[in-house]
Amino acid sequence: MSTSTETIEQLATREYKYGFYTDVETETIPKGLSEEIIRMISEKKQEPDWLLEWRLKAYRLWLTMKEPTWQNVKYDPINYQDIVYYSAPKKKKALNSLDEVDPEVKRTFDKLGIPLEEQKLLAGVAVDAVFDSVSVATTFREKLASVGIIFMSFSEAVREHPELVKKYLGSVVPYTDNFFATLNSAVFSDGSFVYIPKGVRCPMELSTYFRINAKDTGQFERTLIIADEGAYVSYLEGCTAPMRDENQLHAAVVELVAHDDATIKYSTIQNWYPGDKEGKGGIYNFVTKRGMCAGRGSKITWTQVETGSAITWKYPGCILQGDNSIGEFYSVATTNNWQQADTGTKMIHLGKNTRSTIVSKGISAGHGQNTYRGLVRVGKKAKNARNYSQCDSLLIGDKCGAHTFPYLEIRNTSARVEHEASTSKIGEDQIFYLRQRGLTLEDAVNMIVSGFCKEVFRELPMEFAVEAQKLLSVSLEGSVG
Amino acid sequence: MLDIKNLQVRAEDKEILKGIDLHVDAGEVHAIMGPNGSGKSTLARVLAGHPEYQVTAGEITYEGQDLLDMDPDERAREGVFMAFQYPVEIAGVNNAYFLKAAVNAKRKHLGQPELDAIEFMQLVREKAKLLEIDQQMLSRAVNEGFSGGEKKRNEIFQMALLEPKLSILDETDSGLDIDALKIVANGVNALRSPDRAIIVVTHYQRLLNYIVPDYVHVLSAGRIVKSGGKELALELEEKGYGWIETGAEPVRA
Repeated sequence: MSTSTETIEQLATREYKYGFYTDVETETIPKGLSEEIIRMISEKKQEPDWLLEWRLKAYRLWLTMKEPTWQNVKYDPINYQDIVYYSAPKKKKALNSLDEVDPEVKRTFDKLGIPLEEQKLLAGVAVDAVFDSVSVATTFREKLASVGIIFMSFSEAVREHPELVKKYLGSVVPYTDNFFATLNSAVFSDGSFVYIPKGVRCPMELSTYFRINAKDTGQFERTLIIADEGAYVSYLEGCTAPMRDENQLHAAVVELVAHDDATIKYSTIQNWYPGDKEGKGGIYNFVTKRGMCAGRGSKITWTQVETGSAITWKYPGCILQGDNSIGEFYSVATTNNWQQADTGTKMIHLGKNTRSTIVSKGISAGHGQNTYRGLVRVGKKAKNARNYSQCDSLLIGDKCGAHTFPYLEIRNTSARVEHEASTSKIGEDQIFYLRQRGLTLEDAVNMIVSGFCKEVFRELPMEFAVEAQKLLSVSLEGSVG
Repeated sequence: MLDIKNLQVRAEDKEILKGIDLHVDAGEVHAIMGPNGSGKSTLARVLAGHPEYQVTAGEITYEGQDLLDMDPDERAREGVFMAFQYPVEIAGVNNAYFLKAAVNAKRKHLGQPELDAIEFMQLVREKAKLLEIDQQMLSRAVNEGFSGGEKKRNEIFQMALLEPKLSILDETDSGLDIDALKIVANGVNALRSPDRAIIVVTHYQRLLNYIVPDYVHVLSAGRIVKSGGKELALELEEKGYGWIETGAEPVRA
């Protein structure tokens, strides 16, 4: 009559839903990394010389850099010569409309629940679909263009709006920033570009869906979002990959720039393949994301739900440069089976009266290791800076771990910084209580976990909050017992 | 409705129940009394299916089914309800949302249509009056920041919503002042009916002034040592548990 541990374990066996592979003809360059490879990527994308030079500068610097080892994760050394840095589905001719997307690729996105036909899409969501190294389609471009919004793949932006790209590329995350950001600067292939002009409130959710498909390929996308004075945009990214025994590297860079009174909400639902139950395979998600609250009264909110990846290493942060600017970070990170996550945020207060809020919810199950690492820095001139941090960890089972590393660097005495942290175990008594009221074991665990994550979920765009909740319940399935 | 035969239970390595026999028919209210550590809460929790206990011998039949073969949530959906001695808090989960999920889990099991938000709120309003539950208790997280009395009222409120066939109240009176006790008792009495049974586990006779039992059983050291009518509770109150523990021979109820 004990709460059948076996039943619980049976629940664990559900497979990763997005682990299929699409057989498409691809254009793939040879494995390995060299100046020649970088020139090849740049040429394929018909890039201007300045961009190639920028890549090469990054590459030369990268050669002198050491991979970081301070993070609380373990993995075998990555052989950077064993990675394919560019892979794209072959196209027969230049694309003029969505109808010309390779039907196989289109079917892949259909299967992932991201139909690329505009009329089939969720009302009010525009999508840029990135397949391995290239953007294959961007929906609602014309509609958005009519109010002056630029939403297109990064490669197209380089061609069509070089002045904007040149001005902002590397302005928040310079190519010298860190090992993985520098690598990305050298080899980045595609990503999304968004520009919201002065005073425009983006009429729909913008989103990018990243799909890694090809074997041995790394994905190095670059996203750049600029909100001009008084503009507003809410942006969402989602990601999946096939199941493979080898680890694959995903090293992206995201830069956000918010001018005076502009607001950017950036939400991530990360569901890269996490590896199997023995910890074999899975994506290494080593990502640099940073927002610049450049203008007075600007606001950047990062919301992330991280359920996938074998290893997650990311610290979406905000540089609060403008006076009265606001930075927010809301995060749910789950690690089940053998997943590892070292994630958190950096809030750099430079302007006066700047405020930041950090809410981090870590959930560990199985043998998962979950680390929150966060930095709050208040500069000398940042008078009346305020920060509130809350880090809660939930442990499911007794083989997992939760770790919290908050760093505070305060150089102005008027700052007020609060930090709260808690660690709790999902209680047998809580589960029993809910089951005694007729809820199944699964429903009971889901209810407890979603209650734990509530403060983060309510920050997500409504359509995706439901999705995130479902995803979370799948990723934790079978973790109790 | 409920038939317990020679029930023996241990928790970790400790033998707690050493052979319990108890028969409860529909329409009856049974009180289980006994000193601390006699095993009365264990009996309640075993009936509800708490995973902490091992049943080493005996059987429990509920409505013709083998109760011990059922998961806790199955038992609940089949109409077994336990009001907890210490209701747990569940952060971030809205009380009304939780109650609706519980009511609908049961309705679904019984093949009844699930209630939508409006129908559910109608049901809530009707039952909330009885237990003096205000709106504000519904919109808070489950039991979070509830006073001891509010938690107990919330338990009986759930019982009223779920309309169980067999209700087990585990020391529902502990920590209640006299006014709260009356409210809770009213809630319970409203559910008394010929097709329902109630087991009241309590240390004190006080609650039984308001929920008058048909039978009283005294538990001591894992056995029922005396059974009788409601007057047995009064006798206990007068003479104390020492009277039972020293004098009486174990009996089969």
